[in-house]
Amino acid sequence: MAKQDRTTLTEFLLRMGDNTLILGHRVSEWCGHAPVLEEDIALANTALDLIGQTQLWLGYAAEVQGEGKTADDLAFLRDAWDFRNVLLVELPNGDFGQTLMRQFLFDAWSSILMPRLATSSDTRVAEIAEKAAKEISYHVERSADTVVGLGDGTEESHTRMQAALDYLYPYVGEFFLSDAGDAAIAAAGIAPDPASLRAEYDDFLDRVMAKATLTLPEDRFTHHGGRNGEMHTEHLGHILTQMQWLQRAYPGNTW
Amino acid sequence: MSSVTPGELPASEGKGKSTRHEWPLWEVFIRGQHGLNHRHVGSLHAPDAEMAIKNARDVYTRRNEGVSIWVVESRHITATAPGEKGPLFEPSESKIYRHPSFFDIPDDVGHM
Repeated sequence: MAKQDRTTLTEFLLRMGDNTLILGHRVSEWCGHAPVLEEDIALANTALDLIGQTQLWLGYAAEVQGEGKTADDLAFLRDAWDFRNVLLVELPNGDFGQTLMRQFLFDAWSSILMPRLATSSDTRVAEIAEKAAKEISYHVERSADTVVGLGDGTEESHTRMQAALDYLYPYVGEFFLSDAGDAAIAAAGIAPDPASLRAEYDDFLDRVMAKATLTLPEDRFTHHGGRNGEMHTEHLGHILTQMQWLQRAYPGNTW
Repeated sequence: MSSVTPGELPASEGKGKSTRHEWPLWEVFIRGQHGLNHRHVGSLHAPDAEMAIKNARDVYTRRNEGVSIWVVESRHITATAPGEKGPLFEPSESKIYRHPSFFDIPDDVGHM
């Protein structure tokens, strides 16, 4: 593989793996804190699925990068500016409703992208996507149901879900921003152009939010800077201090 | 630090009188593999049947325990009263002839 192609593919894989890594870590923060036992276990399962997907994406990223690193090196030894996740996944959990709204906004995107990646020209990408797709279709079913249940629930739950949507929606546009790297990846048939997923995503959100009696903000302004590493939110550094401290304090430690 | 900020529980009215509405209780039955019966594995809370199935999937099939899940709301189960154990079950204790243990089973039959 030409050096330029390798760099572009690595970047794409980091974007995929960093999304699932940071969201997986965020969701894992609920372990032992969820409002009921059933949801606690469900959230922990989701977090584990996401970390499992991370191992595959970052494992492949490390291989393609060709610098002798592992998925663990990429997860635990990079600093904030090297991360390529969208800003949405690093935002604080907030209350249970906000966490599930963020989860739905992510799952919706992921569930639209994954079947397309399953037909990728890169067989490794296709294999990872095929494995992840089953987990994701369960995640999105669960998070969509919860958004509907809480949105169309009590006055309090409705108010909280609308506030969560208003807070998080200005971050979803970042999923659909395309740059030169995305164009090269799309031209090589590895993944679709991010922008091409927007219409289906909007349809999906319209349907779920209508059932949830929630109103999507009209403004399409979007925060960005995560997936291209320009500028993360202040939250990412805090996540990394917790997530990486053991490897930073005891380099190379294993168990 | 975790970024979780769990919502406050609804205030309760007076001592021991909670206004918190609990989700109904569901009994969960799982078929371990094709050909076996569904077996009762435990119970859980959920707002409706669909969520009960999802919760059962998350709580009881994490280690690949099942191929099929049934849930039924606990209130629909009619049970025997523990106090009636004597009249209900003790009479059969003395009737060992009801067990098919007085026949020689041919070796060819194998495990029954």
